Order: sequence, then C-alpha cells, then structure tokens
Amino acid sequence: MKEPVKSEFGTVGEKPKVEKKIYNRNLILAGIIAFVVLITFPIWNLQGKSVPPPDPKLDTPVIQKMPEKDRKCIEDKNYMRNYHMQMLDNWRNQVVRNGNRQYTSLSGKKYTASLQNTCLECHSNKSQFCDQCHLKCWPRASWRPN
Amino acid sequence: MLAPGELEAKLAPNPKALTAKRWAMVVDMRKLDEQTAEKCIEACHRIHNVPDFEDPIDPKDKVDPAEKVRWEVKWIWKEKYEHAFPGQAEVAIPEKIHKLNFLLLCNHCDNPPCVRVCPTKATWKRDDGVVMMDQHRCIGCRYCMAACPYGARSFNWRNPRPFIKSEDESYPTREIGVVEKCTLCAERLAKGQLPACVEASKGALTVGDLNDAKSKVRELLRNNFTIRRKTQLGSNPQVYYIV
Repeated sequence: MKEPVKSEFGTVGEKPKVEKKIYNRNLILAGIIAFVVLITFPIWNLQGKSVPPPDPKLDTPVIQKMPEKDRKCIEDKNYMRNYHMQMLDNWRNQVVRNGNRQYTSLSGKKYTASLQNTCLECHSNKSQFCDQCHLKCWPRASWRPN
Repeated sequence: MLAPGELEAKLAPNPKALTAKRWAMVVDMRKLDEQTAEKCIEACHRIHNVPDFEDPIDPKDKVDPAEKVRWEVKWIWKEKYEHAFPGQAEVAIPEKIHKLNFLLLCNHCDNPPCVRVCPTKATWKRDDGVVMMDQHRCIGCRYCMAACPYGARSFNWRNPRPFIKSEDESYPTREIGVVEKCTLCAERLAKGQLPACVEASKGALTVGDLNDAKSKVRELLRNNFTIRRKTQLGSNPQVYYIV
C-alpha cells in the first residue's frame, strides 16, 4: 500500500486495481468467428470451382446469311467489345435529344442509330448474345426487364 | 480507335428527313368522319405500342372499364366539342358541330407549359417546334400532366407490356412510371415519312411548316377559318381545327 499523495486539492487515493478480463468472453468470441465465417462465405464457397467464361453466340439467321467477307459488326470487333456501352449511350442521347439518327462507321458505311432496329436485327439472339455477359455480371441490370 | 468527341461527330440527321422551321397540324373536321378518326387512332397506337388495358395478351389481366379510365394511356383520342373547346364564348352552337367528335392530340405548343415545369428536362421543345419526350430522363413526377391544359399526357401506372397485343418491334415499349405522349412521329419524320395519323386520315389531317408561306398548312389556314384549343391560356397550341 502506497502512501496517499497529498495535494492542494485534497488527498488523492491510490488507483483501484482493475481485473483484466472480457465479460461474456465465450459469447463474443463465438460471435466474431461466426461473423468472419459469414462475410467470407462467398470467397471460400467458390473455392476450387470454375465459372464458365461467357460465350456470346454469333450464329443468328441474319448473320449466317451474310457473305463471309461482309460478316462484320458496324465497327471493329475489339472496339465493339470494349466500347459498345459508350456507343449505345451516345446513340441514345444523340437520337432522342438531337435527332441525329444516322451513324457513319469508320469504313464509311451508314447505319440507322438504333439498338432495336439495327443492333438487334443481326444479334436477334438476346439470351445467347447479350445475356451471356450481362446476366452474369449484373443479373438485375439487364437492359430490358421481362 | 475513336478519339473523344469523334463518336458524336459521326452521327448526323438522315438527309431524307422531313424538316420544318415550325411544325403545325391542321385537322379538317369537314373531311374527318368517325371511321377515319378511329383509323388514325388505331394507326398511331399500333405503331407506338400504346397499351390497351381492355385487350391484354393474357385474358386474365383484363381490367374493367372503370379501371381502364384510370390507367388509360392515349396519344390521340376523340372528344366532343364542349369538352375539347371549353371556355368558348358562344351561347349556342350549330347542331352539326355539337355532334362532332374532334380528334385531339398533343398540340405541340409554342409556349409549352409541360416543358416549363419538367424538373429533369425529360420533355423539351425542339427547334422545329415538336415537343419531345425523353423516356430515359422521365422520373414520373407528373408535373407535366398537371401543367398540360389539354390532357395530352398519360402516365404508365402499371407495366404496359402485358397489354400490347401486337408489339411493333421497331418502336420501343415503355416501362412503368414514365409519362408518354404524341411526339408528332419524330421517328417517322426523321425517315422522311409523314406522321402515322396523317397517313391514315385520307387527307383530313395535314402537317407542314407554319413558317413557310407556300406550305399546305399555310394554304389551308389562309383559305379556311380555324379554331384552336384553349388559346386564352397563352400556350399557343399548333393544332388548328377547320370546322
């Protein structure tokens, strides 16, 4: 026992001893473990399983009918793969708001800027083409519900 | 690869498009009989995928007539004189006008009240006078419906797609929660075609350039007395009726 310290504010006693322990220790530890297991569930649940890569099909009747050398999308395949969303977004704004409905591709060919009338004319197989990636990445953000 | 801005530059209007400085329509009620009016309505609603709540794809979805009035979506419709032209000063009108069913549609006003109130600019007046709708921007607040004195706007209270029996694949269908109305067939004008109602009307309806003194519309306005709906409100409607 130490001597009580005297100061001008009065006598200050010794700090009381605090017992170092976690209250409800078992319950809390079990809770933490359950929480960690739950939030990592998506990671270890898919361990070792492989998801098949998207496989967009290009064998619609309209595409099949085209002669081999003309069997191209309106722009380069890589460009379409990476930037079709920007292109469609742009088409939508330009068509609806500015009335610009004719698209001239890099090759000089002219197309009507319309998802429904131009894109889907060839790619008429939505479930085997669009949905291959769109439904896998954003199941609820498919561009046309029902 | 395309540079920024290049994609926008690659889009242009179709050279075949019908253009005008100020579109206007004249409805000749002397030529417009009941069957022709029905045909105009049918043509418009068919090509624009306007839902018919009394004729769904699945008969189980059919709604009764009272409900139909609540949910009705219409771009062009028929109405009696006293409903179409309230507030006119005449005490008595000729019997034949009293019996007429006027063909009503969006008036494509020169001072459109719906455009003034739209908080998202989903509806706006194009340079050629067409009051357009952008369904992608519409948030369904229905201010425009409150503002429009002509009742030309309809709200999609429910998903319209089960009620479109023969869908026209070339025109988009709408979703629940957006407002729609006549766009003077902007998509047909852009291809060089006349609006569907004008084509179906056998000459009773005429569209043309109000700014062009030689246009058919101006000729009709020069030679006939015409009335417009609710001009006293100052919205300057651009659909003229020859009675």
